[in-house]
Amino acid sequence: MIDNALYRRRKLRNRFHMMMSLATAVFGLVWLVLILAMLLVKGIGGLNLAVFTQMTPPPSASGGLLNAIAGSLILTFLGVIIGTPVAVLAGTYMAEYGRYSKLTNVVRFINDILLSAPSIVIGLFVYSIMVRPMGNFSGIAGAVALAILVVPVVVRTTEDMLLLVPNQMREAAAALGAPRWTVIRYVGYRAAKTGIITGILLAIARISGETAPLLFTALNNQFWSTNIFAPMPSLPVVIFQFALSPYEDWQRLAWTGALLITVAVLTLSVLARVLVSKEAK
Amino acid sequence: MANFAVNAAADSLSNAKPKMDIKDVSFFYNDSKALKNITLPLYDRRVTALIGPSGCGKSTLLRILNRIYELYPGQRAEGVITLDGENILDPKLDANLLRAKVGMVFQKPTPFPMTIYDNIAFGVKLYQKPSRAEMDRIVESCLVRTALWNEVKDRLHTSALGLSGGQQQRLCIARTIAVQPEIVLFDEPTSALDPISTAKIEELIDELKRDFTIVMVTHNMQQAARVADQTAFMYLGDLIEAGPTTGMFSNPKDNRTLDYITGRFG
Repeated sequence: MIDNALYRRRKLRNRFHMMMSLATAVFGLVWLVLILAMLLVKGIGGLNLAVFTQMTPPPSASGGLLNAIAGSLILTFLGVIIGTPVAVLAGTYMAEYGRYSKLTNVVRFINDILLSAPSIVIGLFVYSIMVRPMGNFSGIAGAVALAILVVPVVVRTTEDMLLLVPNQMREAAAALGAPRWTVIRYVGYRAAKTGIITGILLAIARISGETAPLLFTALNNQFWSTNIFAPMPSLPVVIFQFALSPYEDWQRLAWTGALLITVAVLTLSVLARVLVSKEAK
Repeated sequence: MANFAVNAAADSLSNAKPKMDIKDVSFFYNDSKALKNITLPLYDRRVTALIGPSGCGKSTLLRILNRIYELYPGQRAEGVITLDGENILDPKLDANLLRAKVGMVFQKPTPFPMTIYDNIAFGVKLYQKPSRAEMDRIVESCLVRTALWNEVKDRLHTSALGLSGGQQQRLCIARTIAVQPEIVLFDEPTSALDPISTAKIEELIDELKRDFTIVMVTHNMQQAARVADQTAFMYLGDLIEAGPTTGMFSNPKDNRTLDYITGRFG
């Protein structure tokens, strides 16, 4: 016999938990939607051609964000160029050559710490090893700080993606007499390519919004500057400075800048997702 | 007594010369002994089948023959295995050069994530630098040999991952023989395939033994009976008995062999 009361209670309990999880999911989503809506409302008004063609203005003057956008692109590009090769090779060591070595466990542990290290600490670190000795703030110091943020993300994804490549595949290549590097290059990397690229895209998304490490390194620059040994402007730092200012023009530009970064990061994340889902097919 | 269709040409062991000689070989996973003093000759251009229940060590034995076990830590072989008079277990012998002579085909098809053409060219390019035309010829002849040419000749430059399981396995065989090994090891090559693909692979193995010495691990006793000239029965890390396939299936000497081939265990 089925105890109807018991069954009904179980059904109710199920419904309760379903509603609770749905409610919390919606709660989380609401904030994201609110942030995006706020950015759109406040940022889109200031979005015009001048943003992309003019330099950051002095207070109460008209201008754009061109130098900050260019600076951000340069810093992000350099950060990725410096950080990615180091990280991919380290991840390769951990998943391939050193898979069973104790060093790998140590490196993985330290990498996880680095992954969650506050980025301001990394900014201060680069300040003391580069900015102080060189005597001035510089774009290259900012790029190095960003590179240090890229490394743990890419190390992690590279290792994880290479570990996903079935051992059988490695054995098959080794059975033909291929040396280790050939196996990694033609079999490991090829099979893990999409995952590794996705990791790099996510790292780009992460560093393109970073402010703290740049405050102590690249600092800022009111003017157009592509000299990586001089202070260099970037969107996050400009947003930080302008948003805190009492000037309305600056505040409006800060909102627009924030919208630009968010759209860029969102695009990168979507691109990463598309890549992964394509691979899954 | 079990009834097996035994390979008609299988009594040809008497005039065969050993190509590889396994002498007193033991194998350890860390401290546990997985193979106990195995001695077995592998005859030139004959098929040897290794049979036995799961965990008996037949795949382990196969994986010693090209030293593929060295990819993993904590695995160790003792004893002597000679190939053309040279001890292949000698650490001074380059494992990759050994693998050029001793090819291997795995249980699951393992096409590389590249085109059909490149799957075959990959191994060839490890040892020689053929011209484009020469490479085309090698790729074609290997695919013809594995009866794959007609099925794939119009899509050589598409991904090998798009082939069916049976086709992938034949591609893996083509890729292995493209390196021109002397011995080809098959680790349960048909256990992931349907009966028709299995029949094709068996036919292929029968054809390949004209040029290659073949060692095959199989769970399927009918397959051993159909394909092998010599059969070796292993149990719990011991080689129980080995000999011409005909004799093994019609008149096993050991009771454990009899029990296994009549399906009493395994």
